Amino acid sequence: MGLELPKYPEMEEDQVFNFTDSEIVSHVKQALASVLSGDNNSYNQLVGVMHHSKHLAPDEVALLETTLKALAGAVSSIDITHHDSLLSAIFCMSMWNYGPHVADALAELIVSLAISNGKYLDLCLGMLVSNFTPPPYFLDKLKMPHGLERKGQVLSRVHAAFKKIADYVPLAPLRLLTIVLQGMPTIYHKDRAIVIYVENMLKLESGEIGELVGSTILMAVVDRLIELDVEIGWDAILQDDFSKGIFEMELEDVDDIEESAEPDVGEFRLSRKSLAGNSIAELLDNLLVLTFEHLESCEREGRLAKVFETLLQSFRVTVLSAYKSKFAQFVMFYACALDPENCGMRFATMLADLFVQDSQPQPTRMSAVSYLASYLSRAKFLAASSISSMLKGLVDWCLEYCEAHDADINPNAHRVFYSGCQAIMYVLCFRMKVFVDVPRLKSELLIPLEQVLKHKLNPLKVCLPSVVEEFLRQAKAASLFTVCKTFIFDGLLESELSRAFGGLERLDTFFPFDPCLLKKCDSFIRPMFVFWSMVKPAYDDAFDDDDDDDGSSDDDLVQDFVNENEDIMNDEFGKSFDEQGVDMDEFDYALKKMSITPKATSNYKFGGRFQEPARMPSRIRPSTSPESL
Amino acid sequence: MEGLSVADANLVMYLHPSKSRNVSQSILRELGYLLFKFNETFDGVLLAYDVNILDKQAKILSGVHPYFGLRLKANLLLFSPIPDMLLEGKLVMLSQESIHVIILGFSSVIITAENIRGEFKYRTKDNEELFASKSHKRHVIKVGTMIRFLVKSFDEEILHIIGSLISAHTGSISWLDRRLEVTQEALVGWIDVWRKIQNLIGLSINSKSFIWQPFCISTCESFNVNVV
Repeated sequence: MGLELPKYPEMEEDQVFNFTDSEIVSHVKQALASVLSGDNNSYNQLVGVMHHSKHLAPDEVALLETTLKALAGAVSSIDITHHDSLLSAIFCMSMWNYGPHVADALAELIVSLAISNGKYLDLCLGMLVSNFTPPPYFLDKLKMPHGLERKGQVLSRVHAAFKKIADYVPLAPLRLLTIVLQGMPTIYHKDRAIVIYVENMLKLESGEIGELVGSTILMAVVDRLIELDVEIGWDAILQDDFSKGIFEMELEDVDDIEESAEPDVGEFRLSRKSLAGNSIAELLDNLLVLTFEHLESCEREGRLAKVFETLLQSFRVTVLSAYKSKFAQFVMFYACALDPENCGMRFATMLADLFVQDSQPQPTRMSAVSYLASYLSRAKFLAASSISSMLKGLVDWCLEYCEAHDADINPNAHRVFYSGCQAIMYVLCFRMKVFVDVPRLKSELLIPLEQVLKHKLNPLKVCLPSVVEEFLRQAKAASLFTVCKTFIFDGLLESELSRAFGGLERLDTFFPFDPCLLKKCDSFIRPMFVFWSMVKPAYDDAFDDDDDDDGSSDDDLVQDFVNENEDIMNDEFGKSFDEQGVDMDEFDYALKKMSITPKATSNYKFGGRFQEPARMPSRIRPSTSPESL
Repeated sequence: MEGLSVADANLVMYLHPSKSRNVSQSILRELGYLLFKFNETFDGVLLAYDVNILDKQAKILSGVHPYFGLRLKANLLLFSPIPDMLLEGKLVMLSQESIHVIILGFSSVIITAENIRGEFKYRTKDNEELFASKSHKRHVIKVGTMIRFLVKSFDEEILHIIGSLISAHTGSISWLDRRLEVTQEALVGWIDVWRKIQNLIGLSINSKSFIWQPFCISTCESFNVNVV
């Protein structure tokens, strides 16, 4: 193969020299060796070629490509001390600045350097990792066709180089892992740089060296999600005025609301609105979507079960121990949705096992059961049998606890117990219909539960009143429990007793799988999510004259209920009683029909709203009273 | 192969109190962190270990974090290459400028053209790159060949070796071993001939005076027993 030298000014037009590859390599070797004797001219020319990277003419591109290839053949002549300026120039080059041929030659040089001498390995890997993200001027072009094409060219070469280096230096992946983790942009870098970096990390996980580096990389990604999550304070998603809409519509109706002129209808519109423009939330949203798409590809490749084990471990170490993670846990939710039978059950079993382990710290156990309760309630993809088996486990544990503790009500001493009871009641609020229709479940589950609820420890008094109220209302409507005057109904959203058992962490009001407020993320989660408005509470049979319950499954009921009652839901339950024009006398009468006598309705309020329909709060938010923080 | 050794080690491992719930797993994890890294205490790269807890009672260190110390006994498989050691590995890449070898699946070796003796010449045959001996046509080195080489230097951090094929004892292992077998067979045949000669001329041979030593091989070489 010959090379036509670029035409320098001093050369005659017709003087063209052809050199073979080996001659060019030899020339470069001489240039490198000449430094040792003090003659730097040729060497400096070489360095100059490396530095000249912008607005290259075609002959300059050819020269650069040829020089890079020649250097690849002469790596044994490169000395880390005498040729430091050349090495610096090489390691500062960005493949994003060049076309495919120069990028190929540069990648080849980097691979040759990396495998030639251990001293260059970290530098070469670092150079490749720095090519995960384009130069700042290119970030804006990433969404354009030209930018996407360049991105594909660069990243394919970078990852191919990793594989080649790993083939010849087996321990390179371990070094690479350290470099990748150390090079992760912080949350204060530009969003697009972080997103593309994480995209590359996930590409490594699914690539050929993924078996060696994948699990650590996944855990690092989850760590970064949690870091972003905790940067979004609860203040950013709480309403300013707590009196507005705590029991109102959930997220699924937001799209309808946005079209209306109503300025402040529904807590979620305000909550999502306050997140809009929050760059951290937007970044987290993008990263979660990336992770979801990655999980989808893992599922297609049949690797999801293995990846899930890593996610599970990461969840235990990072997410579960984070104070009230807001969105990062939806990674688990989505992974479970992709494989409900294996991953879905694995997640629930892990949470249940954590809850029952005495050796675990109390906050961990309470947090685990809160996750479990929220998960079993919201996961549309879970089979009724799976939910019932989990619930049975919880009920059995609570019953054993009651039998072992002949004690009176004490929120501080029996925090784990009360959190377990609240979890059961919360799940049943969503899934009551399922258990009512199956006599076997009724006897296995609900009879022992009644014993637990009637125990001296009195969980009905301690657990969150809003949950208890909804549960009892449904239980009454479904004729589950014997009417008994010892059931006390407070009528409050929360109480001192619930705050006491919830503790400083306020784990009594932690429902982690409440509707996701991140827009893009929500579009992934929504199809497999149970919104409260989809649930047909047991007492709705009493109010709905057109009820034609045919004993269908919960999932069918969800869709049927949405279809049949959406207007009623939006019209009636989304508004205050005044707006609905409900006859208060009729409502009071309906309430009094229950064995539980509510206290004065003026007490049944949170922030001022009262006389709302006694519906399950679709989203419980933590109290922001100072003592709870 | 040189460089591998098994060592008995008496260790004391200090564990954080949080690891007290599952001590065995913690011990294995801590030792696992040492795998495939050069350890100055062991003076080698730890490749494998077998560990036993000597005493189930552990001393607790006083301090902010009360670490507890466990006495262990371990068998350690160590890899300790030093210059001028003969090592063996599989050739994974070959070019005119260098060849690349991997030892025991984890340590990378580079042998540059300057460190390949002049006997070998770079060739391309059927689109396959190889180094072939000019003296012995069956002595060929190509991708996939197991080769024996001399250590020039060892980078303890990256576990990267710079090797040499200058010495005559280096090259393709299969060719070198075959050559050794043939040489030994030739020796045996030579001695048999010698005995017959002695019998013919009636000389008694005291087997004790006929000493077999490895240097006999070099002795044979000096007789230029060429075995192809």
